[in-house]
Amino acid sequence: MRVLSLAGRRLAASIPTLILILIGVFLLLQLAPGDTVDAMMAQMGGGDATTARQLREFYGLDLSVWAQLGNYLWRLVRLDLGFSAIYGKPVATVIAERLPATILLMTASLSFAFFFGLILGVVAARGVNKWPDTLISTFGLMFYAMPTFWFGLMAIVVFSIYLQWLPAGGFEDITVSYTGLRRTLDIAQHLVLPTLTLGLFYMAIYLRIMRGSMLEVLNLDFVRTARSKGMDETRVVVRHVLRNALLPMVTLIGLQAGTMLGGSVVVESVFSLPGLGRLAYESVIQRDLNTLLGIVFVSALLVIAVNFIVDLLYARLDPRITTGS
Amino acid sequence: MDMTRRAALMTSAAIASSVLFPMRSFGQETPRKGGVFTVHYGAEQRQLNPSLQASTGVYIIGGKIQEQLVDLDAKGEPVGVLAESWEAAPDGKTITFKLRPGVTWHDGKPFTSADVQFTAMEMWKKILNYGSTLQLFLTAVDTPDPLTAVFRYERPMPLNLLLRALPDLGYVSPRHLYEGKGDIRQNPVNLAPVGTGPFKFVQYERGQHVIAERNPNYWRANAPYLDRIVWRVVTDRAAAAAQMEAGQIHYSPFSGLTISDSARLGKDPRFIVSTKGNEGNARTNTIEFNFRRKELADIRVRRAIAHALDIPFFIENFLGDFAKRGTGPVPSVSTDFYPADNGPQYPFDKKLAAKLLDEAGFKPGTGGTRFSLRLLPAPWGEDISLFATFIQQSLADVGIKVEIVRTDGGGYLKQVYDDHAFDLATGWHQYRNDPAVSTTVWYRSGQPKGAPWTNQWDWTDPTIDKLIDDAATEVDAAKRKALYGDFVRRANTELPIWTPIEQIFLTAISAKARNHSNTPRWGSSSWHDLWLAE
Repeated sequence: MRVLSLAGRRLAASIPTLILILIGVFLLLQLAPGDTVDAMMAQMGGGDATTARQLREFYGLDLSVWAQLGNYLWRLVRLDLGFSAIYGKPVATVIAERLPATILLMTASLSFAFFFGLILGVVAARGVNKWPDTLISTFGLMFYAMPTFWFGLMAIVVFSIYLQWLPAGGFEDITVSYTGLRRTLDIAQHLVLPTLTLGLFYMAIYLRIMRGSMLEVLNLDFVRTARSKGMDETRVVVRHVLRNALLPMVTLIGLQAGTMLGGSVVVESVFSLPGLGRLAYESVIQRDLNTLLGIVFVSALLVIAVNFIVDLLYARLDPRITTGS
Repeated sequence: MDMTRRAALMTSAAIASSVLFPMRSFGQETPRKGGVFTVHYGAEQRQLNPSLQASTGVYIIGGKIQEQLVDLDAKGEPVGVLAESWEAAPDGKTITFKLRPGVTWHDGKPFTSADVQFTAMEMWKKILNYGSTLQLFLTAVDTPDPLTAVFRYERPMPLNLLLRALPDLGYVSPRHLYEGKGDIRQNPVNLAPVGTGPFKFVQYERGQHVIAERNPNYWRANAPYLDRIVWRVVTDRAAAAAQMEAGQIHYSPFSGLTISDSARLGKDPRFIVSTKGNEGNARTNTIEFNFRRKELADIRVRRAIAHALDIPFFIENFLGDFAKRGTGPVPSVSTDFYPADNGPQYPFDKKLAAKLLDEAGFKPGTGGTRFSLRLLPAPWGEDISLFATFIQQSLADVGIKVEIVRTDGGGYLKQVYDDHAFDLATGWHQYRNDPAVSTTVWYRSGQPKGAPWTNQWDWTDPTIDKLIDDAATEVDAAKRKALYGDFVRRANTELPIWTPIEQIFLTAISAKARNHSNTPRWGSSSWHDLWLAE
């Protein structure tokens, strides 16, 4: 019951934030010169003034900014995300088409980063200042410092062009049509490089956080107590230290779920994946306000959902968080 | 970085000659049926119907599915596609097309003059960019029988203008799928086009790919050769080059790769990088002057700016053999209209530039600066961005401080053509095989505010207006050419826009492709004879 009320409070608190974000993005985009009709003319390489006027009327751009904002919010209340100017379909459909690729990529790289970050962090902390620690920390720093787009392109050069092990881009092979398990394997193969590219950067962060947090907890009194009870080191680490050291990691995941959605624009572009990041980028360039606001809305929902799960995890890892309030 | 680019570009002459290589073996090979041809698709458009949007981003897909009345042949001359023959009345007000018999749409319905009538009146005249200007005086299309379409004009329409414009602005759409189906722009067929062309639309996954397959009922015998064409959406230029090397893409059209990747792939025997097949897509780099600034309204300042730029140096070091010195609004590839004398050319002369500025009364102030200008580079290509920086540095040498303001496409059009919030702008002028299609609007006064790529410079010249109007309705081809010669010389003398660099798009294509780049607008053409060697 406590968990549910916590959830309810969290959700209620996020609704005003969501509305503020949407209004902010709407107004920010008004500051950018040009509208979706200008962007369309830029793409077409020409167009006359009469056509432009007709199109502006069609998209409702001849109304005042406040009337447009009012219309948008009113539609949103009725759970209607509107119509996309560039795709000629409802925004909800456009986003639904792109969501699977983004979620797949995000879950894969987040799991990869979390799992390996955790293991490597623990290994580094246990051998602090010895060679495993130095090695892991050095590699971690390298992955952290490397720009994602560069790492992605280099991965393509090595694994796709020279070794020819993995495809250079795309979501699946389109020259042949696979079904069932073969298709799943094909998609998985296409996602290896993007997952590594996106995941290694975050893994570097996680392993450093994990290492620091392990070292801190290892020096606490209850660890000394556990050791003095005669427990072997592995049991101490797994049962007592790890659980407490995980808290900052879990916090970070909640914060970074949002960043990953944004950070994937680069990875999606380099690997030609049809995800939300690229859709958002294109919506800005094309001044497709409805689609962009739709993406902000959906991303915000995703972040809220992830943070909610993180809150539940906190409660599981550290019972003081729910009972203490 | 500049050194490596320069070194890379030195070899571009070798690249150009390697184009001839496959031609040699060409005669001995038997065309192979089958295969999937993959194409780099860099910028997704809002729709794919070339009757509604004249741009390479649409032709690269729609041009394989739908066909036009005429196209250009290998020599750049008009050749019938859906039209078999044409004839103009002596007064130039009636042009009759005889249509090809036995052609069917992909859904099985016959292609007739009713389709031409509907497309011309409802799409070319009302919606198509540049089409609406070209067909402004089109009053009706008569259809005396299913294979005859008679175009009636209020004012004389030069036949050679129409025939050179129709390859781009003459794609026909199926009347039965548009008439009475609501707003033409919102018709779902625009994203799943139905045509008469060699390839049938199969699927469009936004952000991923478009697929078209062989049309078994195509009207040309034994065509096409390919089983399928797949367009892969790749927005990152470097990633597109990598996918070409990994064998996932056969062809990157219209300078889709970076300048350095193009030079690199050109040295690789697996690829051909060339300007061939893009002669119908010539463009010039422009500098537009805003006459609302008193400094720029002075012709001596405009000429001084032109003299201050060392164009051959810029071309040699940044663009290589794929560009050359531009001479005026009509590029040299336009054999029909390129004049023998282009008028004043403004060679690089820094001293003369400084002298002209002194004469105009803009003496250097403190720190040597005469005045400051805002320069807006268009975001269409790498070369424009480089050119903007080059302008900035060159003009600093003669005491003009330039601030570069970078925006995206929509922002650029809005600021230059609607808000007029620029002093200098630099971008591309696309030449479309006849100056009346998209060139003269850059110079003719009276353009509505906000119309992109038109005269928004606050510059009016009755002489050039008269030349433009006379040439647009002159039916005698020789007289038309002479009028455009006068137009070019006048434009270069008054210099409302300067066109110092001429470029043709670059093609990067797999060496396995055969019958490619064999017409001046090959990237946009139907590819009915394209095939892939093993």
